[in-house]
Amino acid sequence: MTETTNTAPEPGGKRGVPVWAQIIVWGGLVGLLMLVGITLNKRQQGTVQPGDEIPDFTLPLFSGYEYEGRSEVKLSDFRGKVVVLNFWASWCKPCEQEASEMQEAWALYEDGGQVIFLGADYVDTEPEARAYLKKFGITFHNGPDMGTKISQMFRMQGVPETYFIDQNGVLQYVKVGPFGSVAEITSIINGLLQ
Amino acid sequence: MKKFILTLALTLVFAGLFSGAAFAQEPTPSDNEVNAIARQLYCPVCENTPLDVCPTEACRQWRELIRTQLAEGWTEDQIKQYFVENYGARVLAEPPRTGLNWLVYILPPVVILLGAVILFRALRAWTKPVAASAAPGESDAKPAVVQDDYVARLEEELKKRK
Repeated sequence: MTETTNTAPEPGGKRGVPVWAQIIVWGGLVGLLMLVGITLNKRQQGTVQPGDEIPDFTLPLFSGYEYEGRSEVKLSDFRGKVVVLNFWASWCKPCEQEASEMQEAWALYEDGGQVIFLGADYVDTEPEARAYLKKFGITFHNGPDMGTKISQMFRMQGVPETYFIDQNGVLQYVKVGPFGSVAEITSIINGLLQ
Repeated sequence: MKKFILTLALTLVFAGLFSGAAFAQEPTPSDNEVNAIARQLYCPVCENTPLDVCPTEACRQWRELIRTQLAEGWTEDQIKQYFVENYGARVLAEPPRTGLNWLVYILPPVVILLGAVILFRALRAWTKPVAASAAPGESDAKPAVVQDDYVARLEEELKKRK
């Protein structure tokens, strides 16, 4: 009654997967799942949210669109001013809907010195970008989003997108998609100037 | 009549020669040369679409940019480097072999190798007969059934509970 068939592991414990292999496999699996989770989480986060302090970034500027003779600007250069950061591309049809409105709005604040408009050209080619700027008579400071670093920082979803950053470098408003009118742009800016 | 046939023949020959010499004008560099580089790059806007087959306006612009760069004498590496600097490393069909990107190259072969080792060991264990695991000669000295201390203790405990 106390005797059974020998179904126990072989002498020396050589059957089965070694512990080191199990640790590697399970560790790798957990690592992979974590990576997938982090990536999915990032994708679902959406753009940076109002209230977030925007880290400093550098935007190179196209020739002819420089700021006070400088070929690149930093966000921190504009502390004390409202920054309107507009992402666009020459291949983007919805961007064309708001291009003239953006320029008109810029013309209203250009002389005041309290507001700065920055255009970040997203994954574009310079000749087409220049043609676009010329077509819509855009004069505010514009430059390429090199390596898509700035758009990635803002977790941009698509173009056009516009970010309104207050005098302290804090994001106050995000507009996803094109503006419908100049008044829509000025109402947001005026709210931040008060 | 002979003269007419000769003239006609000559006309046909020349017409054939000249019509044969007329080809469709290929842009320089050719589409094939552009696409050879474009297929190593991915559209930065529409995900998972190689640049050579991407139908969007943005991709058409980038292919034209490659054509211009090739015409200016840029090398393949210079063009790829330009795209990385402007649009990020994600445009490359093959991620650059730096930093965490190495995982892409190292992990799959390591996992396959590890899987093969585990499978080999498992198969060997499954096919090995149980009796073969005993040392030669032991099979006669000891029976195939052995005392299992754990089972014995378990049964003893069960008896006590009755």
